[in-house]
Amino acid sequence: MENIFVNAAGGIRNLLESAGLPSLVVDISIMTTIFVAILVFVLLNVLWLVYMERKVSAYIQCRIGPNRVGPMGIFQTIADTVKLISKEIIIPKNTNKKLFLLAPVMIFMPPMAVFAVTPFGKGMVALDLNIGVYYFVALASLSTVVIWMAGWTSNNKYSLLGSMRVVAQMVSYEVPLLLSIVGVVLLTGTMNLTGIITAQQSVWMIFLQPVAFLIYLIAAVAETNRTPFDLVEGESEIITGPFTEYSGMGFAFFFLAEYANVLLVSMLASILFLGGWLAPFGLTFIPSWIWLLLKVYLVIFLLMWFRWTYPRTRIDQMMAFCWKVLVPLAIVNIFVTGIGKYLYESVRW
Amino acid sequence: MENVYELIAFILLGGMVLGSALLVVTLKNLVHSVLSLIVTFIAVAGIFLLLNADFLAAVQVLVYAGGVCIMVVFAVMLVQRTDMEESNPVNWRFGFATLLGGGIFILIGLFAARSQWMLTGTEVPKDTVGTFAPILLTEFVIPFEVAAILLTVALTGALLLVKEVKANGDGS
Repeated sequence: MENIFVNAAGGIRNLLESAGLPSLVVDISIMTTIFVAILVFVLLNVLWLVYMERKVSAYIQCRIGPNRVGPMGIFQTIADTVKLISKEIIIPKNTNKKLFLLAPVMIFMPPMAVFAVTPFGKGMVALDLNIGVYYFVALASLSTVVIWMAGWTSNNKYSLLGSMRVVAQMVSYEVPLLLSIVGVVLLTGTMNLTGIITAQQSVWMIFLQPVAFLIYLIAAVAETNRTPFDLVEGESEIITGPFTEYSGMGFAFFFLAEYANVLLVSMLASILFLGGWLAPFGLTFIPSWIWLLLKVYLVIFLLMWFRWTYPRTRIDQMMAFCWKVLVPLAIVNIFVTGIGKYLYESVRW
Repeated sequence: MENVYELIAFILLGGMVLGSALLVVTLKNLVHSVLSLIVTFIAVAGIFLLLNADFLAAVQVLVYAGGVCIMVVFAVMLVQRTDMEESNPVNWRFGFATLLGGGIFILIGLFAARSQWMLTGTEVPKDTVGTFAPILLTEFVIPFEVAAILLTVALTGALLLVKEVKANGDGS
């Protein structure tokens, strides 16, 4: 069970090599297989997350939630997707047609590119990049541009307001996100995601960096535009903001990309702070990739819990909270971590 | 064999850089120019990756494509125009541009051809950040800290500007 995916990849490689193919073709086909596997993993999880969000919200609001399509309504998302595919894609008259249609396609690019470097289990990483954490932060900053593009080209006042909020919110919350990760990088001494996981062998980072974990979690909620920071969409004031004019699959892509981003930030949270695929209490008989999934879903549940229990904040409150509370707190955290590490290394008790 | 692929990648990336840079200066709509500028920056990051400078490539994406372009977006948003169609009207002065751009190109090419390049011939280290960070915090610590102070001053200045506007608003 532990090495099922690693062995499968090795088996495919052996099969191709024994067929007498040149090494370049083998490498390319292995990479393609891994990429398709990651794509399928992300899409399946996203489909499940949409259903899970509806169920969790229903239980929090004392409802039953989806219960008609399949047992416990488990095929609800599939039915929704079929409905959205069958709908007409309406392009408003005064939009830039090419950019308008390009935005929903490009929204999946940044999260998919980051999944290439995240370890899914022991030895299960498509590309073991040296600067994995930094790569994540760099590519996450590109989502802002795509959402802004969608809002701008829609040529609608609500979309424009929403895209201005996207730029303000996501640029601001990138700062505490980056600064909170610095604490972890200081302690582990590496930016490689696998290296960060193996450095947590004796103690998880959440116990050494509790403040950084809180800052990361809050900034992650803001980066994924979820309540209490979903001013970008703000259904009651700006009618889902940048996505107002999108219909059919265009809308569905933005909707699904939000959940791909939720999966991504939860994965990073469990890798950086919860020990990734390391098993707690020596329970190593459960495979590492199941442990990672369990931790990821714990964080996702926490994010859903936030969404359905907190009201939406105002934009000035949100910006003030970022610049006056989170950023100074993150800087103090880095300072304390640095001094603590120095003291620990000089005392060595 | 390896070099052929690098050459193909370099030609593709170079074409992307030049093509999108040309679009930045010729497009009539400022918003389209900004979007092309992002493509240019990402293609430059790809060229850095070809040279094994992975950290520099990530910095390029984070600071330029994700940061600087967003600042341009702010500028576009703050321009009080409802229609961005003809927002970049003075970009077709080909005679002047050819003269200036060609002159600078010839000057740079001349100096590049005449200068003595220092070739170390050593391999690029695999762990680029690990070798880069200690140098930054020992040998070049003063320029590094001066840059940090500069950024802090800029941030404080921006805060002061915003505060002044608020005080005026309350007074009137």
